[in-house]
Amino acid sequence: MEGAKANTGGLSGWLEERLGLSAIREFLAHKTVPVHSGTMWYYFGGITLFLFVIQVLTGILLLLYYRPTTTEAYESVQFIVTRVQFGWLVRSIHSWSANLMIFTAMVHMFSVVFLRSYRRPREVTWLSGIALLCLALGFGFSGYLLPWNTISYFATKVGTDMAASLPGIGPALARFLRGGEDVGGATLTRFFGFHVAVLPGLTTVLLLVHLILVQKQGISSPPWVERKFQAQGGKAPQMPFFPNFFLREMMAWYAALAVLGSLAAIFPWELGEKADPFASAPAGIRPEWYFLAPFYTLKLIPSHVAFLEGELLGLLGFGLLAVFWILLPFWATNRQGMERTRLVTGAGVALLAYLATFSLLGYYK
Amino acid sequence: MITERRNLIRTLLGGGFVASLAAFLYPVIRFMNPPSVSEASVNEVPGGKIQDLKPNSGKIVKFGNRPVLLVRVSETEWRAFSAVCTHLNCTVQYQEQRRQIWCACHNGFYDLNGNVVSGPPPKALDEYVARVRGDEVVISRRA
Repeated sequence: MEGAKANTGGLSGWLEERLGLSAIREFLAHKTVPVHSGTMWYYFGGITLFLFVIQVLTGILLLLYYRPTTTEAYESVQFIVTRVQFGWLVRSIHSWSANLMIFTAMVHMFSVVFLRSYRRPREVTWLSGIALLCLALGFGFSGYLLPWNTISYFATKVGTDMAASLPGIGPALARFLRGGEDVGGATLTRFFGFHVAVLPGLTTVLLLVHLILVQKQGISSPPWVERKFQAQGGKAPQMPFFPNFFLREMMAWYAALAVLGSLAAIFPWELGEKADPFASAPAGIRPEWYFLAPFYTLKLIPSHVAFLEGELLGLLGFGLLAVFWILLPFWATNRQGMERTRLVTGAGVALLAYLATFSLLGYYK
Repeated sequence: MITERRNLIRTLLGGGFVASLAAFLYPVIRFMNPPSVSEASVNEVPGGKIQDLKPNSGKIVKFGNRPVLLVRVSETEWRAFSAVCTHLNCTVQYQEQRRQIWCACHNGFYDLNGNVVSGPPPKALDEYVARVRGDEVVISRRA
């Protein structure tokens, strides 16, 4: 039998014997994707993954020239964008794709909420997705400091000081993040380590968990689509994942690449001025767009509300909101197993409205 | 007898595994915690020549590894404050038009005594002593 296997089909037979590719082919042949009016939202998970791959590739290229010290970081990025061939493009793509990746991850998250894909048995998939979004924000926060420019320096000061104001563990956490009492060379080295080693390692593991769970449980159909076809005594229409959905997904990747390439080429990412720890924070300072909503909220909260400092109150509010959102699949169904559809939609719309409004206000005011 | 022996081996193996994990993690966690570096004690720094700062203006001066805001209020009056905003640690600046100290990060304002005028800062800026000595301004810690 072994001999017969080895003799079939030349190279493909040889590979089959060693890699067992037919099992993957078999799996792909049976994998399907639901077809309904919201099918387009399924592409955003794949686009996020595609942008992550671009991040890894351009990040590796930037590593060839970047130097993580306060005396050399800014100059090395300046060298990349002014002297290295296509350096400006590689850095611009890295920065733009980071922003687009967080945007598409958020679109993916809200589409999961509004299409009700978090429902049983996909709670762990939701939790792993939220953890991946947190890691993406961690990538954004740690990578922001690496060019060692004025804006990134003050954004890191504010961000780590927010951690410091957490009750109990706050000061120790801030010291751990900064590598000392204040933002300086130790922080830069640490953030570099987080950005290129710790976070990629964690992300790879979680991404595998997330993707394996998606493969295992299949792609969820919205309940109204399931109900509609169950009432008609049939099954909701599906399309084969390979090649039908896969080719469409690839088209979406091309579209994402076109948007990314255009943005990176037309609006090259600025470097700004080198950070000076003994200079005042410049007027008009603000963080990346995805931190604008909490930034503007902290601006609005007065110094004291009742017996609490405004800053602490803001952090407690953000913390409660985060816990409420993370646990969404667990409160989205009541004890009788009935779905709290209106509450979930309301929470999703309210969060979206808060993020959009406060981000715009934070940007323009 | 066999079950007991199995349980013993399981406990020993499990305990050994937990102990080795703890032995690996403890130094790792301690390694990640930055050592405290004792700060060189600075009590007084020169703030520059008098003529270099015009009345109703301010500048940042290094006080050890901390920034201090030196303000020349009038021809003869000088003030100095910690330049670290008490809200979220940004470095403040002097705003000539309002004659106030401003933090650009979250729009906090302080008066020329370091007290909060508006915005989110929870407390006043620490004050330093600014004195004229010859043709130079000297900044020192308050006693």
